[in-house]
Amino acid sequence: MMLPRRSTILGGAALAAGAAAVPARAQLTIDMTRPSFEPVPIAIVDFAGDRVGADIANVVRNDLQNSGLFRSIPPSSFIQRDVNASTPPRFPDWRQIGAAGVVVGEVGQAGGNIKVDFRLWDVVVGQQAAGLSFTSQPANWRRLAHIIADAIYKRVTGEEGYFDTRIAYVGESGPGNARVKRIAIMDQDGANNRYITDGRTIAVTPRFSPTLQEIVYMAFGEDRSSPPRVYLQNVDSGRRELMGNFPGMSFAPRFSPDGTKVVMSIAAEGRTNIYEMDVRGRALRRLTNSSAIDTSPCFSNDGAQIVFNSDRGGTQQLYVMSAGGGGERRISFGEGRYATPVWSPRGDWIAFTKISGSSFGIGVMRPDGGGERMLASGFLVEGPTWAPNGRVLAYFRQQPSSAGRTGAVTLHQVDITGRFERQIPTPTDASDPAWSPLIPQ
Amino acid sequence: MMKTFKALAAIAAMIVMAACSSQQEAAGPATTTVTPGSIADFRQNVGDRVFFDTDQSTIREDGRQTLARQAEWLKKYGQYKITVEGHCDERGTREYNFALGERRANAARQYLIAQGIPAARINTVSFGKENPDPPGSDEAAWARNRRAVTALQ
Repeated sequence: MMLPRRSTILGGAALAAGAAAVPARAQLTIDMTRPSFEPVPIAIVDFAGDRVGADIANVVRNDLQNSGLFRSIPPSSFIQRDVNASTPPRFPDWRQIGAAGVVVGEVGQAGGNIKVDFRLWDVVVGQQAAGLSFTSQPANWRRLAHIIADAIYKRVTGEEGYFDTRIAYVGESGPGNARVKRIAIMDQDGANNRYITDGRTIAVTPRFSPTLQEIVYMAFGEDRSSPPRVYLQNVDSGRRELMGNFPGMSFAPRFSPDGTKVVMSIAAEGRTNIYEMDVRGRALRRLTNSSAIDTSPCFSNDGAQIVFNSDRGGTQQLYVMSAGGGGERRISFGEGRYATPVWSPRGDWIAFTKISGSSFGIGVMRPDGGGERMLASGFLVEGPTWAPNGRVLAYFRQQPSSAGRTGAVTLHQVDITGRFERQIPTPTDASDPAWSPLIPQ
Repeated sequence: MMKTFKALAAIAAMIVMAACSSQQEAAGPATTTVTPGSIADFRQNVGDRVFFDTDQSTIREDGRQTLARQAEWLKKYGQYKITVEGHCDERGTREYNFALGERRANAARQYLIAQGIPAARINTVSFGKENPDPPGSDEAAWARNRRAVTALQ
């Protein structure tokens, strides 16, 4: 597959400065850490030059709108209809409909490939804010749209985007006592959904390798009496390998940030400890040695530490240790049980599931245990995963079952402030999301 | 004549089973017409599962009685291999519950070993919260889901 190539469009014609009388209302910047903000109103014009141009604009609108930081102005209200991809728009026309930014673009042919140019115009100051050009295979048009949305997001928020990513999850179907659970992968916006396990046995807890080439997960065997184990599967070829044939069950796998190791739990004789396996050589090394349950290990973003949950102190709590084992210290001290810790890719927060009384919550705390804050709660919410910019999380939510009907299980995203939450659409019930890093370009 | 007798016997068996099914938990061993030594016999007359308190893996008094009956029966019928399945209710996280289910299965296995069942005859597997029986989101369902089930092959 030919990956998108990008180049910057210099804003030659853009310096139509004369930014007189700047209206104070909308700005083309947003600080998402402020206690309150209005979404940035943005107008995305259908890209010119090819039928796929309207589809690209739709994907960009959808991405930005779904971030909660932008409000996509409906194209039906646009005043200027003859906007050109390479010359400045008539700024007064866009100010009049309240737009802080206008996105225009053009699709061209380039020897069997498509070439997509786009510009983001800052309506408030009347000049170009961003401009990029991409060449890629026509089949990659959705990725190009996500990359454009990422560029706009970065220009306006100052944070890296997260739209050119995928989400792996567990697709669930069937009645509660005979549930089919299989590993699915889709684009972050729900497109291109596909299954990588066949559903004959239960498969759960998928996690991406840093290159997105492999997924590790736990699956049961065909024989009900054999313990579930961790598998490593190549996403494109579908080839899967058992990661070690241990006497006990192995589960809760996760890659190290450099992709060379997988940490996991192995349970035997009523004890569950954390192990590290070298992906290439398959050498196994034990990292914890307790008679308790040590599970859900996750590396820090720099690979130097591991956070996990353990009930060694009586109830499930979060602990941090050195990546090679040792130096274990507890970091969670609030009321309730803490589980599924996941270190932010930026290193500044650890997300977790918290169980207190009859309620579940998704929260974040600093790696030293301070600054705990809850972002979502419900009858059952579980399994946070970070978008690569460390500013948005996904998790799953299960409704109570009643009268033999299994409660709906759905994926959701929430930003780090907890202000903006939305359901991520999936074709079936869905649990255990794993957000990928940005797809390598 | 023979046909009538068989039909009557079947009806009688159904009545006995209906009578004991509502009482099975408390009454313990009950008499039915299932073949002695069959898996159905084990499930109905011995009890194939024990239950646990929330986030616990200690075998309760009612569970000790069930496991003692299981051990007696398993000694008598030595042809079966045994898998103890550990399960949890839905009020825990998925990964932790795999470990908790393993701990429960192991607790039941250790009890059976202490009662004289050879360790090599029993393996364990945990289903965590993936296999509720019955599915449900109330205390009654959760209490039945926190279980270790002795499955025979």
